[in-house]
Amino acid sequence: MPVHSKLEKFEDNWCTSMGGWSPEGKVVLRGKDVFKDLSDSSWMEYLLFASTGKESSKIARLMEGMWVICTSFPDPRIWNNRVSALAGTARSTGALAAAASVAVTEATLYGLKPIKGATDFLYRADKRLAEGETLEQIIKTELKQFRSVYGYGRPLVSGDERVEPMMDFARSIGCGEGKYIKLAFAVAEYLSASRFKYEINIAAVCAGLLADEGLKPMGFYHMATLAFTAGAMPCFIDALDQQEGCFFPLRTSRLNFTGDETVKHWRV
Amino acid sequence: MSDNPIEKITTKIWRETPELDNPFAAASCYCGGYDIYGDILKNASYIDYLYLLFKQQQPTPEQSALLQGLAIALANPGPRDHSVRAAMSAGVGGSTHASAIIAATAVGAGNLGGAREVFHALEYWQQCQTSLKAWQQLIKQPPQPAREDVWLPMEHTPGFDPNGVSCPTPVKQTLTYLADIGQGTHLHWLNNQRTELEAFAGCPLAFSGVAAAALYDLDFLPEQAEMLFLLLRLPGAAVHSLEQERLGWRKYPFFANGFKLNP
Repeated sequence: MPVHSKLEKFEDNWCTSMGGWSPEGKVVLRGKDVFKDLSDSSWMEYLLFASTGKESSKIARLMEGMWVICTSFPDPRIWNNRVSALAGTARSTGALAAAASVAVTEATLYGLKPIKGATDFLYRADKRLAEGETLEQIIKTELKQFRSVYGYGRPLVSGDERVEPMMDFARSIGCGEGKYIKLAFAVAEYLSASRFKYEINIAAVCAGLLADEGLKPMGFYHMATLAFTAGAMPCFIDALDQQEGCFFPLRTSRLNFTGDETVKHWRV
Repeated sequence: MSDNPIEKITTKIWRETPELDNPFAAASCYCGGYDIYGDILKNASYIDYLYLLFKQQQPTPEQSALLQGLAIALANPGPRDHSVRAAMSAGVGGSTHASAIIAATAVGAGNLGGAREVFHALEYWQQCQTSLKAWQQLIKQPPQPAREDVWLPMEHTPGFDPNGVSCPTPVKQTLTYLADIGQGTHLHWLNNQRTELEAFAGCPLAFSGVAAAALYDLDFLPEQAEMLFLLLRLPGAAVHSLEQERLGWRKYPFFANGFKLNP
């Protein structure tokens, strides 16, 4: 039968090495039997293996430290957590709250874009350094093209209180001395002395630490997708435990209307 | 040839015929028997098509007017509404546009002014119809769930605002208009009995209550009403999110001084 569409060869034909379940009761992930080979894994080790194919208790522990120290603040004012708190005050479900806050975490100001972007920047910067450019040239090009460097600068406050505890943790498990984390801090030194006064934020620190462990931007991105959940859930639960609808209610006078106040009439 | 039966999606809603050169592309699509791209596209309004999708028949002029009025009333809950604030929280952080809609949907799905409240309000209509006594009894002794569910029990009478004082003017305007335009029994009754019901509930009627009555008049089942309510309130969330994305996080409330962590 002649093929009419590229889709035809995939009709009832999904071939995968990623894994799956069989009715005989076997579950396989990337070639490993989940019950026999992976049941002793920590959840982070399992997630690392699922997301990247890497088997490393060191990277898993490093990521776990990142999730605890860097990405799980239970503050309902942070915009992704705020969605979770709003879901609680509006009496939606916990799963909807978590899903929505995860989706919103794919943000520009914080979250997944800086996480993936900072990792990407460090890899690109390292390559360009190896090709003979100076750090100053690399940073200036980045700023000219994108007006920012992912991983540097922060809304609300200038410094990042997470940097020191994260580096302490990293060193405690034998990380923190690789070329990418050193590059991350070298960029910070340049930027903080520049007219922008950008300081390093935790995205660049985590990107450097994980790049030193061989994680690429996409691998860090996949791992980080759920990283904010432990901060979002308490915000939902807290709002759920308080009176419904009462998370920072706003009266009508809290609207700063900047448009034209003329009342118009719809043409019928 | 495989002996395995070919699995299919079973639907009464949608029929397709294939393009001659591509079995994965539809040449024609039918909903409720109507040719969408050959007939509905040219001859029906969007609201009529929406009704057709849910009810599988062409609406009467009154049904169309009622759904149109409801859709307009719900299209923008305003930037102080929880679901719209969720969408704006996505906007100010530069999150994806899809995440703004996800946030609005997730928050707007709930028991307070949200789609689940509309679901429960329709269950009240199913049980009480236009018996004031039945409403009084059910409001006084609301149903108790027999077992745990992902949805928490209602904390107020569905369709009413536990934080309200009196019925807001837009709610009254919408109720009066929809009762008139839709010629529906239940909206008409609600309009006449509103103050009595509010006295039973101890709080004023809300948009969710008007929506529930309107959708009950349109013969929507509770789950249909819940689903449509989720959809109808998204346009405002979308535009407010885009506006806040342009304005940026510095112009959006952070509540720095309003947050008080107990010692």
